Amino acid sequence: MPTILGVPMQALFGQLLLGLINGSFYAILSLGLAIIFGLLNIINFTHGAQYMMGAFVAWMLLNYAGLGYWWALILAPVIVGVFGVVLERLLIARLYKLDHLYGLLLTFGLALIIQGLFRNQYGVSGLPYAIPPEMAGGQRLPFMFLPNYRGWVVVASLVVCIATWLVIEKTKLGAYLRAATENPTLVQAFGVNVPLLLTLTYGFGVALAAFAGVLAAPVYSVNPNMGADIIIVVFAVVVIGGMGSILGSIITGFALGLVEGLTKVFYPEASSTVIFVIMVLVLLVKPAGLFGRAA
Amino acid sequence: MAHSAAAASDAASPIAPALPEGHDAKGFHRMVFAGIAVLLVVLPFVLYPVFLMKVLCFALFALAFNLLLGYGGLLSFGHAAYFGMASYVSAYTAKVWGLTPELAILAGTVTAALLGLAFGALAIRRQGIYFSMITLALAQMVFFFSLQAKFTGGEDGIQAVPRGNLFGVISLADDRVLYALVAVIFFLGMLLIYRIIHSPFGQVLKAIRDNEPRAISLGYRATQYKLAVFVLSTTLAGLAGATKSIVFQLASLTDVHWSMSGEVVLMTLVGGMGTVFGPILGSFVIVAMENYLAQFGAWVTIIQGVVFVICVLVFREGIVGLFARLLKRPL
Amino acid sequence: MLKRLLLATALGAAAMGAASAQTPVKVGVLNDRSGVYADISGEGSVIAARMAVEDFKAADKGLKVEIVSADHQNKPDVGASIARQWYDRDGVDAIFDVPTSSVALAINQVTREKNKAFVNSGAGTADLTGAQCSPNTVHWTYDTVALGNGTGGAMVKRGGSTWFFLTADYAFGQALQRDTSEVVTRNGGKIVGAVKTPFPTADFSSFLLQAQASGAKVIGLANAGGDTINAIKQAAEFGITEGGQAIAGLLIFSSDIHALTPKTAQGLVLTEPFYWDLNDATRGFSERFAKQAGGKKPTAVQAGVYASMLHYLRAVEALKSAKDGGQVVAKMKELPTDDPLFGKGTVRADGRKIHDMYLFEVKKPSESKGEWDLYRTLATIPGSDAFRPLNQGGCPLVGKS
Repeated sequence: MPTILGVPMQALFGQLLLGLINGSFYAILSLGLAIIFGLLNIINFTHGAQYMMGAFVAWMLLNYAGLGYWWALILAPVIVGVFGVVLERLLIARLYKLDHLYGLLLTFGLALIIQGLFRNQYGVSGLPYAIPPEMAGGQRLPFMFLPNYRGWVVVASLVVCIATWLVIEKTKLGAYLRAATENPTLVQAFGVNVPLLLTLTYGFGVALAAFAGVLAAPVYSVNPNMGADIIIVVFAVVVIGGMGSILGSIITGFALGLVEGLTKVFYPEASSTVIFVIMVLVLLVKPAGLFGRAA
Repeated sequence: MAHSAAAASDAASPIAPALPEGHDAKGFHRMVFAGIAVLLVVLPFVLYPVFLMKVLCFALFALAFNLLLGYGGLLSFGHAAYFGMASYVSAYTAKVWGLTPELAILAGTVTAALLGLAFGALAIRRQGIYFSMITLALAQMVFFFSLQAKFTGGEDGIQAVPRGNLFGVISLADDRVLYALVAVIFFLGMLLIYRIIHSPFGQVLKAIRDNEPRAISLGYRATQYKLAVFVLSTTLAGLAGATKSIVFQLASLTDVHWSMSGEVVLMTLVGGMGTVFGPILGSFVIVAMENYLAQFGAWVTIIQGVVFVICVLVFREGIVGLFARLLKRPL
Repeated sequence: MLKRLLLATALGAAAMGAASAQTPVKVGVLNDRSGVYADISGEGSVIAARMAVEDFKAADKGLKVEIVSADHQNKPDVGASIARQWYDRDGVDAIFDVPTSSVALAINQVTREKNKAFVNSGAGTADLTGAQCSPNTVHWTYDTVALGNGTGGAMVKRGGSTWFFLTADYAFGQALQRDTSEVVTRNGGKIVGAVKTPFPTADFSSFLLQAQASGAKVIGLANAGGDTINAIKQAAEFGITEGGQAIAGLLIFSSDIHALTPKTAQGLVLTEPFYWDLNDATRGFSERFAKQAGGKKPTAVQAGVYASMLHYLRAVEALKSAKDGGQVVAKMKELPTDDPLFGKGTVRADGRKIHDMYLFEVKKPSESKGEWDLYRTLATIPGSDAFRPLNQGGCPLVGKS
């Protein structure tokens, strides 16, 4: 069997595929973060908590309303998105004219509150959430056993990311969004309701986080701290991709999933640190990130 | 919010002074310093000395951080790295090499200075949020190093660090003696930071913070100034961390974790960024919350979150900033 | 001023005279309220401590017991500063529970320095009764050696001769791996590989594939909390157990299994010193506990807080004072232990509490009759075999006794 650095090629394929699956989560999460940053200029630290809420809402829908995974996939993002809209209207909207720092601190505080409340209510051990029966089982690929559900995660993530990108790049609504990112005052002067646009954008970004949360519920532990651990990594992804760059955040999300997957084979201890090493290198070589425009 | 409009226009300088420096500022500050000195002497009779020492260590840490943020306009998300490495080195040298406390603290502080020099040289090449992210990333690497290196003892940390004898003579076993040492370190650190801010060097820093291209066109080498203030800040952060490990007799991963970097931002924010005395009050409030809310168990993080939100929404200039506005004097 | 002071002193003396029959005891329950160990200890440990004080009928026996509690956030410095303040300012006589090894070791130091008592239930590190043992510390419920002993030894005997470890890249993970490996090889098994995983990790699929590729018969999970839960959940997803490999949890509690549900965790083998459904006494206690804890059954750590509190109070009652922690702990070692949850046992010279451990297997969903019906008992490991022999821990106290 051919090997690379002592690791069989086949095993390496398996690991790359797994990296791609993890990259799917990074891509959706960083996409939401990038959209929010691009338009609102807010570094949304609550993103991790909103991802966690998506998973919890899926659990609640199942246990309190009897609605299964597929319903949750649609309803949870809507519910959490509406929650995001309320947050934006009540709190975040007051900070648009201020420095990034304040938005970051406010959303950090909100994340602490949300995570704390869920912890008090549900404990930290996590809640069970089963893989939908339609997705049980898996495929025996030549190099590994691939659970069907993991395959679905990649597909779902790609579809959502590409659809979002198309909406932003190819539709009129997207054109307004991009214009408002460049110059909100001018767009307002053209009669576009910019505050409404901002609110909806935030709601959409949050809904993306919740969508990722529902996708994660069957494979990761559904617990109040699940978002706190991932948020820093997703930040790094957004920065490497270029703050506010939509396509950059998607590509970087998948790419860093792959890099992380390889690190797990060759130097597993460092797999949670490697992203930060890449971030330093990228920022030193390309100050605005891989896909960002220089400020 | 006098500074909000200016801040929004320039991401690199979140903080502009709330008020212009008045002529009587110096005399007034002298009074505040005297007040702090009196408090340092009186408080241990009222409050628990170990709690106070913790406050003082964090206050010095926050002051050092604020020197960089409030006066250099540079927001570091990775200050835990310097605080934490210094505390490891000081704990290690005191415990394993048997250095006296003052030498151990010195060793920790020098480590933080060197680390700051290396990291600062990389980080100051970028601005605004990118600067912040580089400092965060470098700090994550320090965390990884601390986890992997043998001498740090993993998550157990370095425990049972001896308090030792100051200059090999004065035993620090008594909390009151140790308190005196910590209070002196804190006071000197604070005076030094005050001196830096009000020196010609500090004036140039403020000029760079407010308008870097203008300062450069006036002939100042902005990069060197920024590096200098970065290293000063990390050195003092290291002094705080090194002292803390002697006080609590342990150094652990908590000190290098990114949440520690977040905590110092919080302290500075609550107290008042860009004010001389804000970080002191801020760290007092935060450490007191951590200490006295501990009995509320799971509610601690929720209460902290609420404080964060209120701070950002209601008084962005922080407690001391608010006072400064009411008194119409810079603090 | 002076007059008032004198008056106060006199009043105080009078009060003390009146209450001479009452021995004041103040204990602090210090644990994790918001992090990974909040469910195995947390508020439940405080409930257990309170139940112990009631069941001991402390007031009738002349003990005036007060319980305080706090969150150490799994940070050694936070824990140590709370402990100092409790001892120096608040008059706390003993600290209970303290999960998280790093915090436990810090409290161990402070307690010794202040000559108070430290009765640990929550932490796993065997150093508490090994190199860092202290005359002021009792380690009650379990330690990593006992868990490794139980699970490692039993799995090898059941045919699990080759092992692959998924080890949290933290000191506790490495201690678990080391202690279990030792038992596995002693019983004739073999370690075929290990992978260090960052802590915390959300996705274990990559590491599970490496374990799968190794062909080992047993995959040992030397991690804790959310990491263990994620690893087990994903092992089920990737069909690891269906492929013939067994999973062994080395640091996992009933609250974790409850969160996973038997559907996901079925077949998992683990060691615990306590399970609510062991006998009538444990069932009775657990039922009363659940009423106060929102329906949750007690974990081994919470049961340990209850039992150790009973024994502590017995020692204080015998001494009529809780002030000298060293004496209280010495008394705890002298008196044999007997409580409804752990049965009869002893506290060894090094501070190690000796009791039986149990090897459990997680039931299949078809066998489980209720939400909390989780385990099938595979074996009882007698206390004498379960823990590290007294002379092998390197505890300096052992030579003297």
